[in-house]
Amino acid sequence: MKVTILQFPGTNCEYDTQHAFEQLGATTEILWHKAESIPSDTNLLVVAGGFSYGDYLRSGAIAKFSPVMKAVTEYANSGGKVLGICNGFQVLTEAGLLPGALKRNDSLHFLSKHHHLKVINNDNVFLKKLSNNDVVNIPIAHHDGNYYIDQDGLKDLYENNQVLLKYTDENGEEKNPNGSVDSIAGVCNKDKNVFGLMPHPERAMEIVLGSDDGVNMLKGFLEA
Amino acid sequence: MIKAIVNVSLKAGVLDSQGKAVHHALDSLHFEGVNDVRVGKQIVLKLEETDKTKAMANVTKMCEELLANTVIEDYEIELV
Repeated sequence: MKVTILQFPGTNCEYDTQHAFEQLGATTEILWHKAESIPSDTNLLVVAGGFSYGDYLRSGAIAKFSPVMKAVTEYANSGGKVLGICNGFQVLTEAGLLPGALKRNDSLHFLSKHHHLKVINNDNVFLKKLSNNDVVNIPIAHHDGNYYIDQDGLKDLYENNQVLLKYTDENGEEKNPNGSVDSIAGVCNKDKNVFGLMPHPERAMEIVLGSDDGVNMLKGFLEA
Repeated sequence: MIKAIVNVSLKAGVLDSQGKAVHHALDSLHFEGVNDVRVGKQIVLKLEETDKTKAMANVTKMCEELLANTVIEDYEIELV
C-alpha cells in the first residue's frame, strides 16, 4: 500500500504521518504542493497537519489554491481515498471536499492535550477496525477546531452516517473541548472516500507516547 | 483608482467567541451599555479598475472564492 502525504509551506506533521504509516508497513511519499498530479500508485492521500501558509486569512484558505489541490480534487472525485488531519481537515473543508467549516476554539485558547473520542459511524474504510461507541484516546492540537455546520447540513451528516467521531470523556459521555457543533471531531463526505478530523491519530501510535489507539484508525486504510 | 473596503464577519447565528471575549473585557472595564460585540476583519484593496460596477463584480468574486468562507462568514463591500 502506498500513502502519499501532502506538504505545503508550513505543514509540520508530514514526517510524523510518514513514520506512522511506515510503522504499519506502508510505503510513503511526501508530495510538495507544487506537484500537479498525484502519484498513480497512491492508495491513500493524506493532507497532513500544520499551519499551511501560516494560517493567514483563515486556516487552510490559501492552501486550497496550491497547484496540487486541483489534482487532489480530481483524485477525490474519481473515488480516491483522502484523509485530512487537523490543518488537513481545514484545507479539505475550505476546498469544498468536506462539508462545514472550522472556527476558532470557543475558549480562544490553543488546545494541546490528549482527548477521548467516541466512534459514531464505523461503516467506512477509516474506522472499520473499530466498533461504534468505542472510545479512543488521541491527542488534539489546534486553535481552530470548532466545527461548524448549519442545521440542514447537520441533518444530512446524520442521515448519511457522515459523523465519524465525537469528543467525549473516557466513559464515552460527550465532552466538548472547543465548541464544535454536537461535539463533532471528524466527518466524511457522502461517498465516504474523503475523511477529516481535528485529532492526530498519527501521534498515538505507541504506548510510550501515551496511547496507541491511532494504530487501529490508520490501519483501516491499509487493509482496504 | 478605486479602493475597495471589504468587511468580513461571522454570520448572524454563528457564535462569535472573540466578540464575546471582547464584550466580557469591556464589562470588566466598566464600560456600560454595550449590548453586543462582533469581531470581524477588514481587507482593503486598491484596484486599477475605474468602473465601479466592474470593480464590485470582481471584488464580489474575490470574496466568494477567497476573502470570506461563506459557510460561516458574511461580507460587505464598500467602494470609495
